[in-house]
Amino acid sequence: MPTRRRGGSGPGGTTNAEGERELLSSADLARTVARIAHEILEKTADSGAPVVLLGLPTRGIHLAQRLAERIEAIAAADGSGTTVAVGALDPTLYRDDLRLQPTRALEETEIPAGGIDDVTVVLVDDVLMSGRTVRAALDALRDHGRPRAVQLAVLVDRGHRELPIRADYVGKNVPTNRGEDVAVSLRESDGHDGVTLR
Amino acid sequence: MKTLIRNVRPYGEDATDLVVEDGLLVRDGTDPDETVDADGLVALPGLVDLHTHLREPGGEEAETVATGSAAAALGGYTAVFAMPNTNPTQDSPVVVEHVWRRGREVGLVDVHPVGAVTVGLGGEKLAEMGMMAASPAAVRMFSDDGRCVNDPLIMRRALEYARSLDALVAQHAEDHRLTVGAQAHEGPVAARLGLTGWPATAEESIVARDAMLAAAAGARLHVCHLSTAGSVGVLRWARETLDARPGFALSAEVTPHHLLLTDTAAEGYDPVHKVNPPLRPEADTLALRRALADGEIDCVATDHAPHAVEAKDCEWSVARPGMLGLQTALPVVALTMVRTGLLDWRGVARVTSEAPARIAGLPDQGRPLAVGEPANLTLVDPEATWTVRGAELASIAENTPYEGTDLPLSVVHTMLRGRWTVRDGKVAPREQ
Amino acid sequence: MTAPDDGTPAPGAVGLRHLLSTEHLRRDQADALLATAENMEQALTGRAVRKLPTLRGRTIVTLFYENSTRTRVSFEVAGKWMSADTINVSASGSSVGKGESLRDTAATLAAAGADAVVVRHPASGAPHRIAGWLDGVGHSHTDGHVAVVNAGDGTHEHPTQALLDAATLRKRLGPDLAGRRVAIVGDVLHSRVARSNAHLLATLGAEVTLVSPPTLLPIGVDAWPVAVTHDLDTHLATGPDAVMMLRVQAERMHGGFFPSAREYAVRFGLSQRRADTLPDHAVVLHPGPAVRGMEIASAVADSDRAAIAEQVTAGVHVRMAVLYHLLAGEDVA
Repeated sequence: MPTRRRGGSGPGGTTNAEGERELLSSADLARTVARIAHEILEKTADSGAPVVLLGLPTRGIHLAQRLAERIEAIAAADGSGTTVAVGALDPTLYRDDLRLQPTRALEETEIPAGGIDDVTVVLVDDVLMSGRTVRAALDALRDHGRPRAVQLAVLVDRGHRELPIRADYVGKNVPTNRGEDVAVSLRESDGHDGVTLR
Repeated sequence: MKTLIRNVRPYGEDATDLVVEDGLLVRDGTDPDETVDADGLVALPGLVDLHTHLREPGGEEAETVATGSAAAALGGYTAVFAMPNTNPTQDSPVVVEHVWRRGREVGLVDVHPVGAVTVGLGGEKLAEMGMMAASPAAVRMFSDDGRCVNDPLIMRRALEYARSLDALVAQHAEDHRLTVGAQAHEGPVAARLGLTGWPATAEESIVARDAMLAAAAGARLHVCHLSTAGSVGVLRWARETLDARPGFALSAEVTPHHLLLTDTAAEGYDPVHKVNPPLRPEADTLALRRALADGEIDCVATDHAPHAVEAKDCEWSVARPGMLGLQTALPVVALTMVRTGLLDWRGVARVTSEAPARIAGLPDQGRPLAVGEPANLTLVDPEATWTVRGAELASIAENTPYEGTDLPLSVVHTMLRGRWTVRDGKVAPREQ
Repeated sequence: MTAPDDGTPAPGAVGLRHLLSTEHLRRDQADALLATAENMEQALTGRAVRKLPTLRGRTIVTLFYENSTRTRVSFEVAGKWMSADTINVSASGSSVGKGESLRDTAATLAAAGADAVVVRHPASGAPHRIAGWLDGVGHSHTDGHVAVVNAGDGTHEHPTQALLDAATLRKRLGPDLAGRRVAIVGDVLHSRVARSNAHLLATLGAEVTLVSPPTLLPIGVDAWPVAVTHDLDTHLATGPDAVMMLRVQAERMHGGFFPSAREYAVRFGLSQRRADTLPDHAVVLHPGPAVRGMEIASAVADSDRAAIAEQVTAGVHVRMAVLYHLLAGEDVA
């Protein structure tokens, strides 16, 4: 996706000349990632199973990486020394809408060396909408192994679900119209951080 | 019956009237039985094709003497030579007489069967050339066309023998040892397409060899469908340097498709462009045009080769070589030779009518448009443009390489010995 | 997904209707196919179930007029791993003589519901003909388009072989083949592998040199984007990054193209001695099956330098990528 120009100054900020409204600033985004990292630690601590973060291409991969860094930083600070494995999972080959559009390019898939059997997998994506990408990812996971549990973390949940899928960790719930476009920018792919609605 | 053709331009020159009576051009145009307004039309002597495949007998799914004659007349022809690769082969008096009689029955064009040089075109045993010459068909041209008389000894004997019959040997110049499996001109296009190459030298070496054999024998050699610049050079060398016995004559024809199309036509692998000899690079087509203009190549011959759809709607290497030519020949000559300024209409008459009639020894064809001469005429509209559609051509087969192409010049009327065979672009039925 | 799909082609979509040659493959198309092949390998690595649902309900017919177990099996595995239905049709040369035309066969397969036809045929251009025929007629049974994949046609092209060779070279030498020097050695004249590789490697920026006796080079090869030499030792001394050995078919040995198998082996075989002169990183490729001793010494074929087994593996991934791009998306208009 094209890089979006940054709009107003704060959460729920003003609409700029191009009709974009800033949903999360760079600082908001950092805080949100940190919060989700805490939540993942809390929610997965009891199970005792190792945690594997699998990002869905392309921005989900970057978010998974950031979450892993935060989790390890938090764990280091409290002395537990917990580490999490990070990987990438491209669900394209499992999509149910392949024939509805020109052939999609495939993206990277990298399952951590230990595999996913008996771990808690947290799927990470930037925006949750119809849920079809997540469904495809769940199907793909099944062919890679049998996790103890699968959870879902998203930066933005914009509604319009078409499948019974719910995120375990949500950075921000944003009611949207179908015609609107939630644009997530990340330093790794877009040069800066932020989320806008247009 | 007296016909007055008004305001026609003989050889594209000043408009005048031509008068036809009892099969001859006459002077007195008074009181005609019919008058044809030929405003803007160019009159040429009826065309003569030294190289046609009428496919009858044996290949009637692609062409017959009747349909081929119609195509010829519509193309402006008044005489065609039917090549002997029929089934059965035209290698005996019976078969050549049959084809000749069929031509007479149809009556749209003089059909002269060409006799085979060797039995069954096998290249090994001379056919009964003398008996074919003595038959009612009066065969004076022999060829194994489609195959080369590859064996130099057989070719020598054929030339010597034909000399005694005052006949011509027309050679399909292709050293078959050099063209095993050949599919397309040997060069960059064939190399890229993975088609086995047909080298120019396979033609040129045979032209040189045959010219030497014919010179030594004092025989008449005609080179069929000459296709390379190198062959033109060989002709020049042979005419200038060979020490020949009396009676030696060397002539050559070029096809319209070798004047226009190039080897790049094989891209896409549509075998409608597969022909033998193959289409050559542009440099060859340009050299052939110049040689035709200069008289080094004597004439144009169609190599009209109808093929049923299944012989072409297949893999390139499986397809039969050859393409339709009778109805597109003069338009292609106009396109490649007249529009380019290489020939005027007198030149066109020379290469499409006068020279082939002379080579084949036809006394009443290729004659001047002059009082007292036989009224074999074609009247063409040089300004017309038409779109080629194989399905609309008179041939049963549709394998024209010009499908959908716009060509200049349309043949409007054709007259054979004073009788219209084509009027207004349509075959004129013979009066009962 | 950060946005609803707006109908613009995804980056990396190759936009191919058929895969008939590498000559007409653009750089971005080749890169996309090779990248997809690598993604396919990633998607399957280390997992218990080597099955993707991607082409479920799609039918792939392999139509082979020449025997080639390795190519046919490779396509079949590629299709099956993506859940396509694969059907093998072996048409021997004799059935051609019996009368059913290639056109009728192709039309029958399309009417019977094939979404893709993978063709191997002894006539150069046969897949082009089939693609032309199938494009020219509608098939109500399918969505209208039958993709044709050339699995080797006569002495023309074998595009998936070139793609798998490139995939193998990328693995060994790095993803960018620009400036890499590749020698293709042997019977170029009759080799569809050589044609496809020469075009594809040139498109990818590699420098290709054909090493062959003059009798086994096509007239007109000078128009190809390659250099040509007749001296293997001199060329190997320049330190190529890869050496691709071509098959010499038995019938060529008796066709007068060269004096004897012995002389060929001496002048153009990849002996141990010759292999030892190569740079350490240099790769040896062979499309298989190799005539050991003549084209390539057994010790060389079995050495770590040789990538022959990797080529076979890459073949499946490359063919998955090709079938994916031809069949997974909506029909290309």
